[in-house]
Amino acid sequence: MTLMSPALRPHFSLAGLRQGARAALPAFPGFIMFAIAFGTAAAQKGLSLGETMGLSAFVYAGASQMVGLEIWQQVWSPATILTIVTVTAVVNARMILLGATLQPWLKDEPLARTALNLFLLTEAGWLIGTRYHNEGGRDVGVLLGCALILWLVWLIATLTGFFAGALVPEPRRFGLDLVMPVFFGVMLVPLWKGAASALPWLVAGVVSLIVHALVPGYTFIIAGALAGVAAGMLIE
Amino acid sequence: MTTFGAFIASPWGSVVVIGAMALVTFLCRIAGVVVMSRVRITPRVERGLRALPGSIILATILPAVVDNGWPALAALGAAVVAMAVTRIDILGLVAGLGTLSIIRALG
Repeated sequence: MTLMSPALRPHFSLAGLRQGARAALPAFPGFIMFAIAFGTAAAQKGLSLGETMGLSAFVYAGASQMVGLEIWQQVWSPATILTIVTVTAVVNARMILLGATLQPWLKDEPLARTALNLFLLTEAGWLIGTRYHNEGGRDVGVLLGCALILWLVWLIATLTGFFAGALVPEPRRFGLDLVMPVFFGVMLVPLWKGAASALPWLVAGVVSLIVHALVPGYTFIIAGALAGVAAGMLIE
Repeated sequence: MTTFGAFIASPWGSVVVIGAMALVTFLCRIAGVVVMSRVRITPRVERGLRALPGSIILATILPAVVDNGWPALAALGAAVVAMAVTRIDILGLVAGLGTLSIIRALG
């Protein structure tokens, strides 16, 4: 740790960008799988290439893009727009929590770079950045480099799915339908700091299972996460 | 029909929709940073935030793993063990997906 002390203040470097891009590699399979699935489903649903790529480039949040497809309209009205925006907000509300943990790291960054970093915020990139931060790293370039490469992978895989989705072999055979849970499980390991600090995780898991059984949709993620944060605040 | 109603009923509607979805998602992405820059981070708040990464992981994966039964649980176990032993994230991923595909190939 003492060796790292000059780096303990948040800073930004191009070397960090490259390091972040390399660190993002384990998230590639999940991103590729999900974006191909989205591109394929969007093409089947009859979305244009521009609409499909626009959703992936600017919304850039897999779960909400998939849910958005389910309620996509050929002709829009104020009511259907309000519905899809509300659903998007509900599915993506969990990102508020991700941003909250990044604030101390980003607080002295230039506004425009923070806006870009947050525009590209995803759970996978955030987990990789959090691991790096927990290990003492403070280079914001790592977070941004990881985010930028994942965004590019997302776009390329969306394009692939849109045009060639039908050609992709059965993903279940390679276990790829569960690639995101497996990746998340892997990222849990470096977070482990003993059983006491994992008690809130247990609370989060139990609450998410209960909410998942009772409420349709993705509410279980934010319910579990909030329960974990609350438990963390209460347990000394 | 109003001018706005006619506009969003045209093909421009999907541009409006994508823009609105992108905006509301961006607001979710920045809200945490904006709020925390105005909140004093007490030790209690810090403990809560420290619990978040692990909590969000378990809240995301447990329902998915339970829905997919014991093969998913075995895959997750293999991934976690491989990662804990090697500390190489790619190996953890390969162990998990490999376990799952072997179970499915045999089953």
